[in-house]
Amino acid sequence: MEPMVHAPSLFREGLTLVTYLAASVLFILGLKGLTKADDARRGMQYAAFGMLLAIVGTLIKEEIVQYHWIVLGLAIGTIIGWPLGTRVPMTAMPQRIAISHMFGALAATLVGVAEYYSHMRDSEPIARSMMAALGFEVLFGSLTVTGSLMAFGKLQEILPGRPITYPGQNAVNIAVFALTVGLFGYLIYDPSAQPVFYAMTALAFVIGVTLVLPIGGGDMPVVVSLLNSYAGLAASAMGFALDNPLLIIAGALDGASGFILSVIMSKAMNRSFGSVIFGAFGAPVESSGDAVTGEMKEISVEDAAMQLAYAGRVIVVPGYGLAVAQAQQAVRDLAHEVERRGGEVKYAIHPVAGRMPGHMNVLLAEANIPYEKLLDMEEINDEFKDTDVAVVIGANDVVNPAARTDKGSPIYGMPILNVDHAKTVIVMKRGKGKGFAGIENELFFNDKTRMLYGDAKGTLAKLVAEMKTL
Amino acid sequence: METMLAPELLSFTNQFLKLFIFVLAGFIGFLLITKVPPLLHTPLMSATNAISAISIVGALVAAGSNRNTLTTVFGVVAVVCAMINVVGGFVITDRMLGMFGRKKETK
Repeated sequence: MEPMVHAPSLFREGLTLVTYLAASVLFILGLKGLTKADDARRGMQYAAFGMLLAIVGTLIKEEIVQYHWIVLGLAIGTIIGWPLGTRVPMTAMPQRIAISHMFGALAATLVGVAEYYSHMRDSEPIARSMMAALGFEVLFGSLTVTGSLMAFGKLQEILPGRPITYPGQNAVNIAVFALTVGLFGYLIYDPSAQPVFYAMTALAFVIGVTLVLPIGGGDMPVVVSLLNSYAGLAASAMGFALDNPLLIIAGALDGASGFILSVIMSKAMNRSFGSVIFGAFGAPVESSGDAVTGEMKEISVEDAAMQLAYAGRVIVVPGYGLAVAQAQQAVRDLAHEVERRGGEVKYAIHPVAGRMPGHMNVLLAEANIPYEKLLDMEEINDEFKDTDVAVVIGANDVVNPAARTDKGSPIYGMPILNVDHAKTVIVMKRGKGKGFAGIENELFFNDKTRMLYGDAKGTLAKLVAEMKTL
Repeated sequence: METMLAPELLSFTNQFLKLFIFVLAGFIGFLLITKVPPLLHTPLMSATNAISAISIVGALVAAGSNRNTLTTVFGVVAVVCAMINVVGGFVITDRMLGMFGRKKETK
């Protein structure tokens, strides 16, 4: 060691590490802000500042000798990222998040593969611990890339939302998974086995596809959360491989977050992780023992307007159909009309309503509905019995009483909103079809339920207009 | 048990230190995130997504270190991908949180 020669580099390296330390603290503060709605925005500004520090801290590293490609990359990323931040509508948030998981995971995968390739090319041996880190980085990264693409395709309705299954699917999936783990194990034993590394990477891409294809649209909240977690773990593994504590910390925070969200989502559906991943919904629904009988009773806009106009307490139950119809503003207008007439309107948000955690809250907040009126299932479930009219807009499985009673139903045991306890129920629905899970909903056949068919946005507008004439 | 030479021991400890960091950071994450209300779960997800774009740090080094062509190309593509999440992720999170920050009297 010749300290004098290395002194300038030590200074720069130290400076980089200081920015990384500051960034780590700012990221944690950012997440802390998210625990309160009023502090959240400022918290995320801290985190964004941390990101800026980390980027600058990296750019001053001595290893970086050429900047023109970096500038090009940063510019292209900004040009693409800006509209993805400012233009994407709130209704498209689930697919927006899914595609961003893809970008994050792709970055991690590419860095991991380049790192491995460079070591092999320059005949630098890779220690087993580093191979383990690189392996996890590339595995989590590549399966998240294709998994997120599949999720994006389903959410954007490029791919069919229903589970895609074929006979022997689970056996094939498990075999592919086992083979990949086997290859990974061999790589840790012999990190120089290049074909094994690339085969493992290719298989991980396949796993991403096979993991998400059999999962139905209704289970997307779990999948999107899980992919969030994997993208974080890939970044963390990159930190292990590159000896970078900031990457480890940020990745761990993301990994923990995605994991917790997917556990919450699974619980809200009363399903184990395993049943989501290995597709309990996957099998075509031939169960549901006895078919629901009776007939669905339709209601006219005029009669529905009459009911709402004289209702004291109204609870709106939004579902994915609300997002599809872009009806969040129309809902607010309806609520204003009810409130103008002295009624009270609250919103019941089921944890898995929509296609990602918290989706409905974002939509309704966008329509200027104060967040105090958005109530979680536990907070509001006891209030349905004192409610005059429950308005279900494009929600189905989260209000299906079969979850309480029908042991044969795929959603049996899932906690649901007690909409059927309300005095009357108006269900707004596009058509007479089944829900995303493909299950009949006995709520729709209930004596106090009235069906109001049509596009939610248009129907709501008509309802409001009609109420104003009363 | 073979005894370790000093550099090996150092490397061994170093591996473990990283595990310490990972576990403790995950623990902090767990404590904080269980306190995030369901109301903010979507912003939480886009926030953590933006934060995990920190992999841009690795991408920048790959893109700028002039190691070999493949590393530079992969590095630049990785910088593009990560930067999309840095910019898009923080901007959209801020946009969402701005909506939640509104006061009651917006009626």
